[in-house]
Amino acid sequence: MDWMYLLIVLVKAVVVVALVMAVAGYAVVGERKIASWVQERPGPNRTTVPILGSIPVVGWWLRRMGFFQLWADGAKFFFKEEPTPAHVNKLYFLVAPVVAFVPAMAALSAVPFGQYVGSDGVAVPLAITNFDVGMLFVMAVSGISVFGIIMAGWASNSKYPYFSSIRASAQLISYELTIGLALLPVFMWTGGTLDLFSIVREQGGVVGGGVFGLPKWFICIMPVSALLYLVALFAESNRLPFDMAESETDLVGGFHTEYGAFKFGLFFVGEYAHMTLAAILFSVIFLGGWSIPFVSMDAMPVGLLGAVVSVGVVFVKTVILMSFIMLVRWTLPRFRYDQVMDLGWKILLPLAVVNLAVYAVILALVEG
Amino acid sequence: MSKTEEVFSFGDAAARNAALEEEIHGDTMVLNVGPSHPATHGVLRLRLELDGETIVKCDPVIGYLHRGEEKVAENFTYNQFIPYTDRLDYIGPIHNNVTYALAVERLAGIDVPERCQAIRVICCELARLLSHFIGLGCYGMDAGALTVFMYMFTDREKIYSLMEELCGARFTTNYTRIGGLQRDIPDGWLDHVLKVCDDVEKTNELCDKLLTRNRIFYDRCVGVAPLSKEDAISYGVSGPNARASGIAMDLRKDKPYLGYENYEFNVPVGTNGDSYDRWLVRVEEVRQSVRIIRQAVTKMPGGLWYNDKATKIFRPRKDKVLSSMEELIQNFMITTEGPELPVGEAFFEAENPKGRQAFFVVSKGGGVPWRLRIHGPSFSIISALPKILPGCLVQDVPVVLGSIDFVMGDCDR
Repeated sequence: MDWMYLLIVLVKAVVVVALVMAVAGYAVVGERKIASWVQERPGPNRTTVPILGSIPVVGWWLRRMGFFQLWADGAKFFFKEEPTPAHVNKLYFLVAPVVAFVPAMAALSAVPFGQYVGSDGVAVPLAITNFDVGMLFVMAVSGISVFGIIMAGWASNSKYPYFSSIRASAQLISYELTIGLALLPVFMWTGGTLDLFSIVREQGGVVGGGVFGLPKWFICIMPVSALLYLVALFAESNRLPFDMAESETDLVGGFHTEYGAFKFGLFFVGEYAHMTLAAILFSVIFLGGWSIPFVSMDAMPVGLLGAVVSVGVVFVKTVILMSFIMLVRWTLPRFRYDQVMDLGWKILLPLAVVNLAVYAVILALVEG
Repeated sequence: MSKTEEVFSFGDAAARNAALEEEIHGDTMVLNVGPSHPATHGVLRLRLELDGETIVKCDPVIGYLHRGEEKVAENFTYNQFIPYTDRLDYIGPIHNNVTYALAVERLAGIDVPERCQAIRVICCELARLLSHFIGLGCYGMDAGALTVFMYMFTDREKIYSLMEELCGARFTTNYTRIGGLQRDIPDGWLDHVLKVCDDVEKTNELCDKLLTRNRIFYDRCVGVAPLSKEDAISYGVSGPNARASGIAMDLRKDKPYLGYENYEFNVPVGTNGDSYDRWLVRVEEVRQSVRIIRQAVTKMPGGLWYNDKATKIFRPRKDKVLSSMEELIQNFMITTEGPELPVGEAFFEAENPKGRQAFFVVSKGGGVPWRLRIHGPSFSIISALPKILPGCLVQDVPVVLGSIDFVMGDCDR
């Protein structure tokens, strides 16, 4: 019994990690493709593999879409020389990429990707494990990854990475606060639960009525919270316009200036894994998770089909959100470091506090 | 020994250790930006002294691209040096060709026909588009907007294709000759120019819309590294950077050459001299350049594209070389010994895309200059960096360097 349970968890973990790694990996190709479409150029379209690439139409199409590019990019990281500069602190230098990468994966263990409704009508979350403090766990664990950046910058014993790590730590502290305050109204609305599964269950159905009916998603109920959380997510996952840690025009490569080969690869994939995590979280908390607009939670398909549909819905929402995050990167210029701090402390944080107060009053009035 | 010298005297271990000690225990930190750094657009090196992230002192170190162009000029005939002028301001190379040719022609005391002048005007303005498009594009890229750079580069490629059609080379054009041009414009080229002008205008408007009123870009640039009018004059800054500082100086208006007085165009002038004004001035100059090109194309006069009176300077046409003794000898003499120029000296300055580019030619007769002095606008603006950079943050460095739009080939020569 015990080992059976362990095995199931292990299988679930492997499936989740494999899926998310695939999504994060193909996010790299997706990013390059989206960048090229924005910039009116073809993007990666040459890489091909012997057998798959020679399938008549499909192979050609996959090559043009840059499908095999990821394999080449990944293989490159394995085959390059692993440089460790002489002036670095060896231990921290080696540990840093792992610290940056692992939390993104660990945080995923508490995120529900869908639901399985059995014949008894009881919905079970499709997650590695479902905590009742799931959200708290995710926030706490994914926050650790900044230590990877700080360690990398410090251990590199070089000035540009040092700047980068200082900026990253300051930025993370500022925006963690906003994330916490932006999410509080959501938890107040759901009656104080931090369980991500219940938060999604809460979002089925419609708010308002008639032609003005909107899906009962938290983005419609509390748009300010959603906006604050989205902005903070950009900052948390180090995406432009908030990529202070690796703003390549002034800091060369930022914290990974001294890194190469697979250690750099870990940072790189870690960044995209964080972006994937951020997109999944946003769609679960604010975009209704696996709820389909105007379809009530009880009317969702049941059984295995229902499970596949619910995971598919989350996947689609995640992909759309990730595409949005990428489009923003290729459209906007970058903030200056002090402007990021100003935005965080002088605009987002007060707005989050006011937002929290407003929803607290509303909820008190509704319940009282 | 001053502190700067101490740091650079690598042979002196004691001085080096003292500098290191100073850096570890002192209040400031020294950050070396360049010569190989993405923000420096070439091989400029900045030695920044930082207090936190604020720059307190800036030492530009130049000379990494010094090729001794002025000395090279003394060993080549006037026409042979034209390819070297391509490498001065290599962002708009054809303008250097024109300026150099005009300087030597002033020494020779010859004029070129109207058609040649009009073609040269089109070339100059195309060079301005080339230069401003990479200047604006890199500026956008330095502020984090990579897409603007790509849009502008796409249109630069179209202008390069025009250059290829005109003279066979895309980049290093080598198009002018003393007393004329390498060849006449090809058939249909003017139509292509007009078409490219439309594209360029569209892209310019697009990037203007993307960035000029963008809140992030606005915040990044407004009030960053302002160069006052007085400082601009005392550092000898010219071109768009000087105009952004409020100096209404444009040699095309002030000392017209190539018949620029016959074209209608405005000179945009800034008020604050900050990075944002430098962006606005260049965006507007692109519009004015397109305007000039359109006028030049519509008014393109017929006739010869070289001075046929300057027989000892401009090489005769090939068909005449093969049929007439006199022309054959001239061709031989101009090719081997260079054009025959009088004894004397001539100074000529023109409005290069980056500012005032000047050639001072001293001749003792014959086909080789005795001395050729080149003035480049990038040198002046880089020498103003220690004045404008202190007080900025490290992250402002790329924006400021992008906004002043220098090119090291022009600075180091």
